[in-house]
Amino acid sequence: MEYRFKVPCNKKKLVEIRDFINKVLEDFGIPEIEKNSMVLAVDEVCANLMIHSHNCNPDESLELTVKTFKDKIIFEIIDRGIGFNIGEYQEPSIYDIIREKKKGGIGLMLVRRIMDEVKFEQGAHQNVYRLTKKCSC
Amino acid sequence: MIDIKNELEEEGVYLIKVSGEVDASSSIFLDQSIGEAVEKYDKILIDCEKIEYISSAGLGVFMSYINELEEKKIGLVLYGLSDKVLHVFQILGLDKLLKLVDTKSEAKEFLNGISL
Repeated sequence: MEYRFKVPCNKKKLVEIRDFINKVLEDFGIPEIEKNSMVLAVDEVCANLMIHSHNCNPDESLELTVKTFKDKIIFEIIDRGIGFNIGEYQEPSIYDIIREKKKGGIGLMLVRRIMDEVKFEQGAHQNVYRLTKKCSC
Repeated sequence: MIDIKNELEEEGVYLIKVSGEVDASSSIFLDQSIGEAVEKYDKILIDCEKIEYISSAGLGVFMSYINELEEKKIGLVLYGLSDKVLHVFQILGLDKLLKLVDTKSEAKEFLNGISL
């Protein structure tokens, strides 16, 4: 099955993204903690793109696609902003973040620990951020 | 949607009750509330019983105060996290860097037991 959702780059719309992912996943019998983790990973990528690639410009948008298979779920976030290779992102140390009293910098760390595969594809007209989670759906 | 209520409890303990969803859009309100509390109080409780969701933006707020808490000898305890919210703290090991307990009475016991 494939589910789609389009949302403007406005942080207040993150709740709608979470509602969409929750709704898609609700019929798959996924334990609550695991479901929340997947929602969180998608939320993190979308928040990062909205803030860093689109400067929270509500005239620009993100497109989400969720593809469900027997053994995995693939979440794709598609945008037309400045591409960011999420797969090659160098993680900071959590202790450096604490020492420097930063409030950001851990979103993508969460995404990598939650998802089984995190990939970035840059096309001529769009970027695809693909998150794969193995599960028995 | 986030809702934050602050109140001064007995024994100089400052209580911050957080309800709803703490995400990239709403974490600024949590930050303001903790920021004000650490300026005035050295015993702070965070009631997390009604937090339904937390993202890295919310975790980042708590992380950003860890050094200040140590420098100023401030006790800050979070209590009542649901299993799914606690799990988000555990993914990066933040449950080991912050003080998280189950109940308010445990949180108060901890705050009253530490020498500030």
